[in-house]
Amino acid sequence: MKTLESALRALRASGRTALVPYLMAGATPDWARHVEAAALGGADAIEIGIPFSDPMMDGVVIQEAGLRALAAGTTFESIGRQLETVDVGVPLIAMTYYNIFLHHGLERSAGRLRDFGISGAIVPDLSLEESAEWTAACSDTDVATVFLVAPSTPSSRVEAVAGLSEGFVYASARMAVTGASREVGEGDAVVRRVRAKSDLPVYVGIGVSTPEQAAATARVSDGVIVGSALARVVLSGEGAHGVETFVRRFRDAIDQSATA
Amino acid sequence: MGTPDARGRFGDFGGRFVPEALMPACLELEEAFISAWSDPAFVAQYRQTLADFVGRPTPVTPLPRLSQKLGVRLFAKREDLAHTGSHKINNVVGQTLLTQRMGKTRIIAETGAGQHGVATATGAARLGLACTVFMGEVDTVRQELNVFRMELLGARVVPVTSGSRTLKDAVNEAMREWVTCVADTHYCIGSVMGPHPFPWMVREFQTVIGMEAASQMKDLGAGTPDVVVACVGGGSNAAGVFAGFANTDARLIGVEAAGGAAIGIGSPGVLHGMRSMILQDEFGQIEEAHSISAGLDYPGIGPEHAHLASTQRAEYYAVGDDEVLDALSLLSENEGIIPALETAHALAWITREVGSRVPVGATILLNLSGRGDKDVAQVRSLLRGEL
Repeated sequence: MKTLESALRALRASGRTALVPYLMAGATPDWARHVEAAALGGADAIEIGIPFSDPMMDGVVIQEAGLRALAAGTTFESIGRQLETVDVGVPLIAMTYYNIFLHHGLERSAGRLRDFGISGAIVPDLSLEESAEWTAACSDTDVATVFLVAPSTPSSRVEAVAGLSEGFVYASARMAVTGASREVGEGDAVVRRVRAKSDLPVYVGIGVSTPEQAAATARVSDGVIVGSALARVVLSGEGAHGVETFVRRFRDAIDQSATA
Repeated sequence: MGTPDARGRFGDFGGRFVPEALMPACLELEEAFISAWSDPAFVAQYRQTLADFVGRPTPVTPLPRLSQKLGVRLFAKREDLAHTGSHKINNVVGQTLLTQRMGKTRIIAETGAGQHGVATATGAARLGLACTVFMGEVDTVRQELNVFRMELLGARVVPVTSGSRTLKDAVNEAMREWVTCVADTHYCIGSVMGPHPFPWMVREFQTVIGMEAASQMKDLGAGTPDVVVACVGGGSNAAGVFAGFANTDARLIGVEAAGGAAIGIGSPGVLHGMRSMILQDEFGQIEEAHSISAGLDYPGIGPEHAHLASTQRAEYYAVGDDEVLDALSLLSENEGIIPALETAHALAWITREVGSRVPVGATILLNLSGRGDKDVAQVRSLLRGEL
């Protein structure tokens, strides 16, 4: 079992609902400090966005973060150099699009992720059907690949997608790209369908944007992923302190929902 | 031309690189297309619509004055005479009928120059489908009249303000929209690109070009052409005409815009759901294409073309903007046909290569993919040196 999965299984066994904030690498010059701030605020794992020019699964806020990162010259390798200065004690999970890995070479990319201290990868445009080459490239490397299950995924596919996923299963709460939403979504239904087929932890993301939504999501899942709402804080220039405060509000809401 | 394998690949290219939310729709579409395309009633409906709505068959026109000037026997397959002014409508007729058959009530599309957007708005109006077209903000300015045309046809046009605000971003935005509405909406992709089954399905809906042309060339006593030439952005008109000649000795030539030459200067990558040849930088970021013609302003190419290039069954070359303007004037003045800027790329290659890559005396079929009406304002400015 890969390190990410044993860590996240142990976390679930301890009774703690995971909080996974997303930060786009390079969106601001001090983004590596934001990673530390998120950990201080109570994150259990952190998604590190690697910017791509054509992010098909992202809404306007994360698109903007990615554009800023690219405009600042952020590359796969420059992210690695910055992460060398970071030691947060929680797993880091890369989130990017397949072309970035394909272009750098699949085995080389997997190896570099490990070198950077990243133990997982979420690749939203890598479908189950196309994943064999990537998962083979990761087989000798301690990088876990996390797959998504969507509200549109029929039960007949859930088993195959969840079966391939490592670390956790990413349950998409809405039929939408990333972005804040007022609706709670269908996360609980997706989680139930995954749990019927898999014993992996199931984390819910896409549209979780307030502490209240996070608390509600925490009650029905093993973890909560927060992306665009945090990216908005980053883009508005609130700095590491703003990131830590934001993450702590979500942490507190999740913890209170657990004891309620 | 080939049938893709079970994973939707032509050789190393193609596939389905889409978010899980869209995978069920891609699988459903594949099944629906296979069922429809083997159903005589559906095929008859498609052919009938091409006949009495689109105006098919379009003729093959001999081009005697230009032939004499160039020292070849030149013929043009007249897709410019199809309803809405280009080959794009062939695909739209197929996909809108399929949309109806799948029980979906709405259609979305991307467009660059506006040709596919206008065709989609047209097909949607005919069948009473709601229609939304995504168009890069830059292109909505360049092709303002086409925006109005789509609106006249009852479509909603959404200017895309993300990324480079051109065709590739319109595709991204259409994909993002599709995720939210996939239950009742079909995404009518305009070229032989995107995730499987689109590259295959769109080519099948365009194959009528090549089938007609092959028999028309025989009727004209011209036999099988030595060379078949078409412009290539995503590559749907080229795929359609190539399909009629892939099993002959004819050389198949795809002509790319120099600033968007995915085969010429691209490398293998994944974009918009497909593995193909893509313009990208040393870090794997997609580069913007630059061309005089909005329809060829695309950093990728259909996966079957990438495959045909790798097997060398088809050849791909690039021409520059200046050559294109000369070719457009040449055809207009000598044959009374104003071609689209996209189409003029194919003719520019012919005029450049006769006596070089094409022997004098060769029989050449040019796929005249679209008419130039949409481009006249831009061409006027270019010829006057205003742009």
